[in-house]
Amino acid sequence: MLKEITTRMKQGYKTIKFPAGERPKMTEHYCGRPIVNQVLCKKDCNACVEICPTGAISKEPQLKLDLGKCVFCGECENVCESKAIHFSDEFSMSTSRREDLIVSTDEEFKTVAEMRTELKKMFGRSLKLRVVSAGGCNACEADVNVLGTIGWDLGRFGIEYVASPRHADGLLIIGPVTKNMVLALKKTYDAIPEDKIVIAVGTCALSGGLFALNPETEAGVEGIFPVDLWVPGCPPNPITILDGLLRLTGKIKDL
Amino acid sequence: MHSHQSFINIKNGKPIDLNKIPLLEEKAFMEAIKQSIGEGKRVSSYFACSSKEQGFLKLYAVLLDDENQQFMVTQTKINSDKFTSLATVCPQLQLFEREIAEQYGCIPVGHPWLKPVRYHHSWTDQDAWNRKEEEAILPGVGDYFKIEGDQVHEVAVGPVHAGVIEPGHFRFQCQGEEVLHLEIALGYQHRGIEKALIGRPDKKTRHYMDVLAGDTTIGHCLTYCQNIEGLMSTEISERSKVLRGIALELERMANHVGDLGSLANDIGYLPTASFCGRIRGEWLNLTALITGNRFGRNFLIPGGTSYDLTKDQIVVMLNKIKLLEKETEDAISLLWDNQSVLARFEEAGILSRKQGEELGLVGVAARATGLGRDIRTTMPSGVYKKMPISIRTAESGDVYARAYVRGLEIKTSVEFIKKALGELLKNAPNKASQIVSSDSIKANSFIVTVNEGWRGEICHVAITDNEGKFERYKIVDPSFHNWMGVAVALRNEEISDFPICNKSFNLSYCGHDL
Ligand code: SF4
Ligand code: SF4
Repeated sequence: MLKEITTRMKQGYKTIKFPAGERPKMTEHYCGRPIVNQVLCKKDCNACVEICPTGAISKEPQLKLDLGKCVFCGECENVCESKAIHFSDEFSMSTSRREDLIVSTDEEFKTVAEMRTELKKMFGRSLKLRVVSAGGCNACEADVNVLGTIGWDLGRFGIEYVASPRHADGLLIIGPVTKNMVLALKKTYDAIPEDKIVIAVGTCALSGGLFALNPETEAGVEGIFPVDLWVPGCPPNPITILDGLLRLTGKIKDL
Repeated sequence: MHSHQSFINIKNGKPIDLNKIPLLEEKAFMEAIKQSIGEGKRVSSYFACSSKEQGFLKLYAVLLDDENQQFMVTQTKINSDKFTSLATVCPQLQLFEREIAEQYGCIPVGHPWLKPVRYHHSWTDQDAWNRKEEEAILPGVGDYFKIEGDQVHEVAVGPVHAGVIEPGHFRFQCQGEEVLHLEIALGYQHRGIEKALIGRPDKKTRHYMDVLAGDTTIGHCLTYCQNIEGLMSTEISERSKVLRGIALELERMANHVGDLGSLANDIGYLPTASFCGRIRGEWLNLTALITGNRFGRNFLIPGGTSYDLTKDQIVVMLNKIKLLEKETEDAISLLWDNQSVLARFEEAGILSRKQGEELGLVGVAARATGLGRDIRTTMPSGVYKKMPISIRTAESGDVYARAYVRGLEIKTSVEFIKKALGELLKNAPNKASQIVSSDSIKANSFIVTVNEGWRGEICHVAITDNEGKFERYKIVDPSFHNWMGVAVALRNEEISDFPICNKSFNLSYCGHDL
């Protein structure tokens, strides 16, 4: 017992302060929310469109990058000689609507809107989520899971993952939704009492990502359930997921 | 006697001309495999490939000869509707044979339990179970081994589980609390990767490798890069090799630490559970320091690595490791000192060394039974040739042994990482490596590369066609070898020990399902 206590003391208090305190610093090569610049983009160049592994970039009629499809490999930025695409270190990039994930003009990024008042009354202070992996690669799973550890302590915001859909207020979905998981996923959704919300985490869940064209998957959650929160990334950094959840529940309001 | 003519011996990551592989009659092929496995060789990969001749398939066997540090490869041509099953004499082949049946609709005659592996439609116009093309396939539905009797009951768990984990179905036959038999049905995670790889590589391929099993990004991507580099006769720089080794060991650290934390969690020992939960994240953050991504996405590219480390970054990493090493050690050593932890770990889910051999186990699960299987030592490539790593084993084959081996390997890996970072300090960083373009991939070639990922042996085989495109790219995640180990380890255990037994293997669902 003594050893447990001394170890506990040595390990110290390690929960991050976010959203209070200084903005967490991301590492050097971190690819956060991209910024595209129409002025720098050359009309006759198609390099980024060609290199993108998931078809996330289009130039019709002007350069746009779909965060719902992007796996944040950074190759488009590397290949663009005129520096029209730049991945910033902005980790806040979840949205409330699928179409807001498309980064194009320089107008402001439409971040997550707080959930509507009736929902907020119910879930604002206590949100229980059932997490289902439907073809996830276990990285999104890991970064969802890590929020429950003492490093992040999701519980302090009243958000918790639960072991039964009957105890849940919402469904958090990971993965491109494999054909083999559709039924189990739908049953889980149906078993969650009304009202409920749906959160899609990771490029796979958002659009099918790398697997969008494979007949073995449903190419993401879109069209299967109404989605309340879209969290891009492959996988999203835990702080991106947390930021999205806190915006949805009205705990972060600024931009 | 015939192993000379029956097989060609090849080295890890060295390509050969396809036509150098002996082409045996089916009977001789099966005999040769049986004999070699009897002599202690083991199956690294076993798969089919479509043949240019209508109505035929090629069957390839890739055996691993640990003692002589080489692969033994052979092939045969079979009628596309059936081949001879060896599963009853070589249990380690049973799942491979089922996979061939599912992918090509070709039946392994004599297979004792011919069920689908991933529940998808056949790649050809034949189906091993005569299912119609328009018929939906329900995963996990079908026959299960059943024990009958008044007191026997069945427990079904999954595909969706209580925690944040991947889906799979577990069917237990129990008498009271005792598990008489466990059957595991997977396939829920099937994303169609192997089929999609035929005819590539292209710009997508490397990204697939990053997410075959997203907790093993480095392990799988490394193996792929070495295959491509081998097929292009490209040598990468010594420094890139060191960087790759560091990334592979960081991946091992994060996962081993996480596993020990999860094991502690499953028995309700919260100090180690919560410390390791956080510390695992810190090891992932070290990977993010190098690559910007906690899982090492986009770090390995054919030709080297996409980033290098500056002297300053190395110093920062070394300082962090100094702190983290101590915290890791403290958190883990609590386990070995606590009687109630040991009481749960010891003698739970035992696999003997002999069972390990028969099942063809790899990785931690194999080493916990005393088998000295670690590719970093037995078939080293890259930095492991210059900086050898010693194999850590245990004898008891139980949950304790699987946990303890992880504890030992954590120490070995930390030492390795520190030493490797020290090596990097000696020289200035490379310019970023170039992705070697895949234009000049050798045509009509065969290459097999293995690496020791944190779960165990990762094996990728590439077969190229006339144009240097993949006629077949066969992936074997270590989990593919080991899932049967979980099922066997559960025999005669209490069902309440299932979580720790399962966690002590911590196998991949998506790596298996692909
Ligand atoms: S960073 Fe995103 S948009 Fe750019 S190439 Fe990679 S996947 Fe495509
Ligand atoms: S989005 Fe990326 S990290 Fe998440 S499950 Fe898909 S492949 Fe894995």
